[in-house]
Amino acid sequence: MDLSSISPVTLIVSLMAASTPILLAALGELVVEKSGVLNLGVEGMMIIGAVCGFIAAVTTGSPWLGFLFGAICGAAVSMIFAVLTQYLMANQVASGLGLTMFGLGLAALLGHSYTGINPPSFSQIHIPVLSDLPVVGRIVFGHDPMIYFSLALTFGIWYFLTRTRGGLVLRAVGESHDAAHALGYKVIRIRMLAIAFGGACAGLGGAYLSLVRVPQWAEGMTAGAGWIALAIVVFASWKPGRAIIGAYLFGGVTVLQLNLQAAGLAISPAYLSMTPYLATIIVLVIMASDKKRQSLNAPASLGKTFFAST
Amino acid sequence: MNLIKTLLAGAAVATGLAGAAFAEDKLKVGFIYIGPPGDMGWTYEHDQGRKAIEEALGDKVETTYVENVPESADSERVMTQMALSGHKLIFATSFNYMDHVMNVAKKFPDVKFEHATGFKRADNVSTYSARFYEGRAVIGHIAGHMTKTNTIGYIASYPIPEVIRGINSAYLAAKAVNPEVKFKVVWAYTWFDPGKEADAANALIEQGADVIMQHTDSTAPMSEMKKHEGIIGFGQASDMGQFAPKPRVSSIIDNWAPYYVARTQAMLDGTWESTDTWHGIKEGMVEIGEMTDAIPAEVRASAQELADKLASGEVHAFTGPINKQDGSAWLAEGETADDGTLAGMDFYVEGIEAEIPN
Repeated sequence: MDLSSISPVTLIVSLMAASTPILLAALGELVVEKSGVLNLGVEGMMIIGAVCGFIAAVTTGSPWLGFLFGAICGAAVSMIFAVLTQYLMANQVASGLGLTMFGLGLAALLGHSYTGINPPSFSQIHIPVLSDLPVVGRIVFGHDPMIYFSLALTFGIWYFLTRTRGGLVLRAVGESHDAAHALGYKVIRIRMLAIAFGGACAGLGGAYLSLVRVPQWAEGMTAGAGWIALAIVVFASWKPGRAIIGAYLFGGVTVLQLNLQAAGLAISPAYLSMTPYLATIIVLVIMASDKKRQSLNAPASLGKTFFAST
Repeated sequence: MNLIKTLLAGAAVATGLAGAAFAEDKLKVGFIYIGPPGDMGWTYEHDQGRKAIEEALGDKVETTYVENVPESADSERVMTQMALSGHKLIFATSFNYMDHVMNVAKKFPDVKFEHATGFKRADNVSTYSARFYEGRAVIGHIAGHMTKTNTIGYIASYPIPEVIRGINSAYLAAKAVNPEVKFKVVWAYTWFDPGKEADAANALIEQGADVIMQHTDSTAPMSEMKKHEGIIGFGQASDMGQFAPKPRVSSIIDNWAPYYVARTQAMLDGTWESTDTWHGIKEGMVEIGEMTDAIPAEVRASAQELADKLASGEVHAFTGPINKQDGSAWLAEGETADDGTLAGMDFYVEGIEAEIPN
């Protein structure tokens, strides 16, 4: 075994790229859940974002338009879920699962003629001097713009949820939709917006997967990333800052275990790939054991259907 | 007037029934796939085989497939559903469907099953596989010549005999032309996860591998290789020609079509029997994809020669003297491996510095 062949710098750089799709999707879902809606369709919205972003980028030659279109399409399919659950009062769990299956199927259909094509390249930024600094240069200044965007988005969501009136209203809707309704807030409209935002984030995460991380389109390429994003929301106990930790831990363990294997470490990779899931289960158990903390964290109206009383 | 109407209606019903009866006569052939047909790798080639059946036998057959079937009890449900809905021949195209195929086959003695890459058979269960290791020997030969860092990265899926055999075969062929060569093996524990496969390729490249081989199904490692300078790889299961001439310099192609057509024809003729098929380059089940100009001409020539000799039987990919990894003797000078040992291979050959996960 030769651990010295693992470079910590490249490890950090690659774990950030590996984690960004799930981070983006988790941030979107976090906002959705904060508004009291449980959308299990993250995987479906991600893959729609992946295929639509890919098609747009290939057609126009611009990765930026690809990201934009991926986000728009992610939001568009999330509207199916939104209408079903907010206006037709459908069960959120069932509708979300349905959205996942619908998304996977639709994406396969849309992407049929796009397998085996290379998308336009989306390069890392290069700031003269700064990007060439040893260690810091590659870790801080050497990523593609979407990674910086995902970090800025985390901060933005944290600021919105905790420091603005709009965020307070959104959280109020998620904690008690009846009270928020009584105060005159448009519960359904706010939730529709939150769901659309969640869909856009998931779509963006999917587009990052098909345009940067893998760069290609393949059927079923999200391979469960949407479910990991859902787990990260719980892991993060609905706090944006912790979502970064959760996503980087997931991505980090995946990348690290592959590197350890390549270096010849004799731990069964089956155990290593289990670790992120084990961590989530442990966090869930800790949270469930403390009723007070749990009630502080999880939105009280999460997953409940809202009937507007007149 | 009424009489005519009745007659016409009767005729229509009769025609309809005849049509239905005709449809019943069609042989229904089912496929279960581990991934999507659009993976451009393993499942893609099985689906090409399915299409070949439809093309060759036309309206005598009707084929259906279910994609992304997990290697769990889910596969039993899918196969049971197929058997109940009148499928008489079912192809299960991944190794770990094995026990599930056996379970379902017991319940439906009239339905014939074909299991790819497995080793359990019954009166109504055949197995078939390709001698992928012959292809591995050819690309191992090319890899040994082409590596500059003397490090070859290998993205493996699951530690099953088929995968281990491929690693051994590629290693022996690479070692034969380049005694300095080293293999780094990463187990992805998946057949299809583009993100993870790309990460695995990246980890291997970061650690000095300049030739990457894969035994997973997607083309994601190819995309990853393309991002780096001077890295080459090989199409796996399918040609992956869209990445030629570089990073894809050649490929191992699984050509299932002739076998699938022959087995379906046997069903139509009533001559289907439980068999164990293991075809290689000779029979055309394993093909070597076009070698691009990125490979020096003399290496292309010697690789082709090796492929020809493997096909003619003049050379066997496992020819002694070969020791097992622990140093114990396996094959004596000139001895070749028997199919039984190869089918159950669970050890590395001497020289590979890694352990097989259990």
